[in-house]
Amino acid sequence: MAEPLPVLEMTGIVKEFPGVRALSGVDFRLFPGEIHALMGENGAGKSTLIKVLTGVYSLDGGTITLDGKSVRFGSPLQAQQAGISTVYQEVNLCPNLSVAENIFIGREPTRFGRIQWKRLRKEAAELVDRLGLDIDVTAPLSSYPLAVQQLVAIVRSVSTGAGEGQGTKVLVLDEPTSSLDRDEVLELFRLMRRLKDEGVAILFVSHFLDQIYEICDRMTVLRNGTLVGEHMVSELDQVGLIQLMIGKALDQLEELHEHQLHADVGETLLKADGLGRTGGIAPFDLEIKKGEVVGLAGLLGSGRTELARLLFGADQPDSGKVSIGGKQVSMSAPNDAIGAGVAFCSENRKTEGLVPDLTVRENIILALQAARGWTRPIPSAQRDELVGKYIKALDIRPANPEARVGQLSGGNQQKVLLARWLITQPKLLILDEPTRGIDIGAKAEIQKLVVSLSEDGMSVLYIAAELEEVLRLSHTIGVLRDRKLVARLTNGPEITSSKILETIASGEHQ
Amino acid sequence: MSATTQTPTAPDSRTTSKAAQLLGDRRLPVLVTATLFLAMYIAGLSRYQNYGFGEPQVFLNLFIDNGYLLVAAVGATFVIMSGGIDLSVGSVIGFTTMFTAWLVERQGLPILVVIPMALAVGALGGFLMGYVIHNFEIQPFIVTLAGLFLFRGLCLVISKESIAIGDASVSSMAQAQASLGVGFLSVGAIVALVVLAVAFYVLHYTPFGRRVYAIGGNEQSALLMGLPQGGTKIAVYTVSGFCSALAGLLFTLYIQSGDPLHATGMELDAIAAVVIGGTLLTGGSGYVLGTLFGVLVLGLIKSIIQFEGTLSSWWTKIATGVLLCAFILIQRAMTARKKA
Amino acid sequence: MTTTSRWRALTHHHLFWPVAVLVVLLLVNVPFTPDFFSIRMTDGHLYGSLVSIVLFGSPLILVAVGMTLVIATGGIDLSVGAVVAITGALTCSYISDQADQNALSAVFLAMGVGLVAAVVCGLWNGFLVARMGIQPIIATLIIMVAGRGVAQLITDGKIITINSEPYKLIGGGYWLTLPFSIFVVAAVVAVTVALTRRTALGLLVESVGGNAEASRLVGIRSLRIKIMVYVFCALCAGIAGLMISSNTSAADGNNAGLWIELDAILAVVIGGTSLLGGRFSIGGTVIGALVIQTLTTTIYTIGVPTQTNLVFKAAVVIIVCLLQSPKFRAKVFGAKFGSKSGATGGGTSPATPAKTATTPEAAPKMEVS
Repeated sequence: MAEPLPVLEMTGIVKEFPGVRALSGVDFRLFPGEIHALMGENGAGKSTLIKVLTGVYSLDGGTITLDGKSVRFGSPLQAQQAGISTVYQEVNLCPNLSVAENIFIGREPTRFGRIQWKRLRKEAAELVDRLGLDIDVTAPLSSYPLAVQQLVAIVRSVSTGAGEGQGTKVLVLDEPTSSLDRDEVLELFRLMRRLKDEGVAILFVSHFLDQIYEICDRMTVLRNGTLVGEHMVSELDQVGLIQLMIGKALDQLEELHEHQLHADVGETLLKADGLGRTGGIAPFDLEIKKGEVVGLAGLLGSGRTELARLLFGADQPDSGKVSIGGKQVSMSAPNDAIGAGVAFCSENRKTEGLVPDLTVRENIILALQAARGWTRPIPSAQRDELVGKYIKALDIRPANPEARVGQLSGGNQQKVLLARWLITQPKLLILDEPTRGIDIGAKAEIQKLVVSLSEDGMSVLYIAAELEEVLRLSHTIGVLRDRKLVARLTNGPEITSSKILETIASGEHQ
Repeated sequence: MSATTQTPTAPDSRTTSKAAQLLGDRRLPVLVTATLFLAMYIAGLSRYQNYGFGEPQVFLNLFIDNGYLLVAAVGATFVIMSGGIDLSVGSVIGFTTMFTAWLVERQGLPILVVIPMALAVGALGGFLMGYVIHNFEIQPFIVTLAGLFLFRGLCLVISKESIAIGDASVSSMAQAQASLGVGFLSVGAIVALVVLAVAFYVLHYTPFGRRVYAIGGNEQSALLMGLPQGGTKIAVYTVSGFCSALAGLLFTLYIQSGDPLHATGMELDAIAAVVIGGTLLTGGSGYVLGTLFGVLVLGLIKSIIQFEGTLSSWWTKIATGVLLCAFILIQRAMTARKKA
Repeated sequence: MTTTSRWRALTHHHLFWPVAVLVVLLLVNVPFTPDFFSIRMTDGHLYGSLVSIVLFGSPLILVAVGMTLVIATGGIDLSVGAVVAITGALTCSYISDQADQNALSAVFLAMGVGLVAAVVCGLWNGFLVARMGIQPIIATLIIMVAGRGVAQLITDGKIITINSEPYKLIGGGYWLTLPFSIFVVAAVVAVTVALTRRTALGLLVESVGGNAEASRLVGIRSLRIKIMVYVFCALCAGIAGLMISSNTSAADGNNAGLWIELDAILAVVIGGTSLLGGRFSIGGTVIGALVIQTLTTTIYTIGVPTQTNLVFKAAVVIIVCLLQSPKFRAKVFGAKFGSKSGATGGGTSPATPAKTATTPEAAPKMEVS
């Protein structure tokens, strides 16, 4: 089949942020009537590319060609007017307005400045009908579940610009399925196929591999801000895709893989039975022994963070139970978990970890102080000693306890977060991507620390995007895929990166 | 028929329980307020029947005595609907009374020249506050607080003493009545009702009005949907400033004097009327007709206290506070349900 | 070299701008009243402009100190003015009912009753904000509206005057040559500083206000802390209410503490505590309150008509807020300012080069004012 001309072509796209090159010379093309997946792990540059395309970010280099014409967007509005519409994971509509209004607000049909409600509702109903959806356009948007709101957002997107007779050429769907159940996903896919048949080019981002293979025709894989490859979905199997995303050829991974795990693993510390949360992670069983490092392997969005949050009480489970040290813990709030000796370093250091305005010292003692309550401050001598000790042990720079945490580099912020929990002497330390976005040196230090902590008898739940990290550190590896814990592997010589990759790709453990 | 007055048919296949649906209906607070007003009115009728409470004029007086509050509250409705707040309402009203009295009495300008000037000053004040709020991203609370200080201060700069208005055209305007057969309405009351009607039209039938709802519902979304959210915000404060100045003019007619302490704290009455009228203080939900009922309920409390005779005026404040509390809790229950 | 860096350290101290404004305001008075700074002794009492500034500013300092903690948690308390009125009304009406208004026990009991009422108001605010999750500005609006009605209900709409020597001491008496109020204020400020900095309360308050989600994940029980600060704020307002009613020997439900909430919020902002919550400074707030009081005094002494006071206050609010707005600074001072702030960021942490200049939203918060 002769390839038609691409509707959108991005070549040599460069985007820089202070200190970071988010995209370096990425090429990307999109054909009319195709569904195209954009794949990549954290920091690969997916969202940056989308934001450049939709006019949220300005371009530092490269060209964008739409329908053969070179374009440059200064704002999302301009991109929208040129025929590129975006629907994000979070529904960016106004829940207080009716469905019809949400579709048309900003371009309501008016006569002498008066909105023609009848016409507006009729046109909205026709539009919804044409796309095969069963939605009452006069009902307020908030009366519908999120999935339907998502569909409405798409309807709005594809109808913008329709009035000017050109219509939407490119529809960007940025993780629209994250919180949808299976039926809702099917309804979304039906709409996507319909739009595809009408010739719309759809750029689809999802963390669910099954969905990619179900709906997409072609995919582009990014890694560390560069293009890794463009493939037809039918020509690349899941193992191959994951390799591309994670970025090491299999044999290369093998070499890095050495076992130096201590065998001194004690009795059961934590036991989760059927723990789960709708929309977060399917019910799972998990056991963590004293001094054991349990690694979680899975792609971004596979449910690894959701699993960790349940074990910490950061989200409330809606099924199952957890016992720690033989005692059942309610897990209705982080306090319950902290009381039982669980510590959690979130992957979102800025929003869920640090208090940027406070000093290094204050951030370090925060967890211990919270546990002691406000009436029993840590005596200043003890506090300075503790803080000094951990600044030294973890090599936090600048080694100034008075420095504001917001001014530290990412690696040092991560160490502050670690220090915060280490001084509480937890029994189980949950580390969610502790090495993300930090330099190689700090990465190695943190991994060494995990080994020595587990040797001292602390249990660690370790989440990392890089399989080699998980392999190197973990006694047991939990494999996640599509919001399910699909396998538990005991680490040993027979466990290799390719084995884990296969498990992630197939969703089952042979 | 507008979208908002038509019963939305329940989305089929996803129907929730009747009670939950009722609680989710945006018109519930307005209905509660309207029912409350009716109940209070009927209670008043049965209790003070022999004292002339049933006279139609007693009802019409609610509009005459609270016309200025209605106008101010309509302005506040725009601001609150957009998710903001305006604390300068009372001060702008006070300033307008002084400004008008001073121009008419001390400078001898005809009232017809003074009216547009006063309105322009109020609108300009609102515009400037909106400009600062939008462009410098300072909380509306603080900016309008500065407005509160500024306009009250300007009152005192004009004069520390109150200025009585003896101008003939003003008093004839103040005394003009429109007969309705069973009673009469003053100029102020008619202006207030016209303002209400215009506000209703603007909020429900113009793109600007819908944008006010949209940015109150979710400002971030409104921005991403390509709506001119900045301009709308500035316009909303301009409307509020204009309404405050108009309310100030009506108050001047009503009181026939300017006083630097006129309408102190009236922003609280206006905000209370808006909230009791069912507008969500966090923005995005409510009806300007609800505000009418809010004002009427507050007015009726005052009338009942007058008829009661033994009850003192401070009960107005207490009753307002209790109603405010009740409606805030209803709103809370509604939003909590929506999140669940 | 060292002098410039020392100068920079000084100008970057969080109290520099508030103190500078205060000093300038005080100095403005000198040409008009040459003996402005002199303090003289009459009848064993110290008199002078400085003493009166502190004396007249006392209630505001009290309320603003309580407000600081509320604002640090990311909240706001509009009801303090009403609480001032309620406390004064309850206490005075209790004293006026006594046969012997000078009996110490009765006066103490009366003050106790007043302060308990204040605490109840604080509990109510805290309950609505922390437990019910209602926006602070809305939750505290209820008592702001209803509170004055309640105060008038207590005084029966009249101004209750009392004649109690012991009660007069708090707001109008002298002790050790100084107005007694100054001691009350000093005690409250000292207790507040001790409570926040000697215990971990200050840290936890700043953490809750600085990053609520991180605080939850670190196990801080923010519910209790929030209720506590609203109660504390109301208690401070209650003490201010005692002081105001004692000073005039009267309780005026309608006018006592009118608009004090707005002055208090202004004092907190001038003192360098962000309205968004987080870092707070009690010292800054005290200076902020003194700035407001000095402004009033200055306007009086330099002969500007007193009625322009409010206009000046409006100007101060606008200037302070504009200076705190990152957007305004970026627009007005532009790149020049940006590079300066980037350089200072680099000065304290070598890890971050001056890269912040290009991104306005990432620009480090400067402690202006």
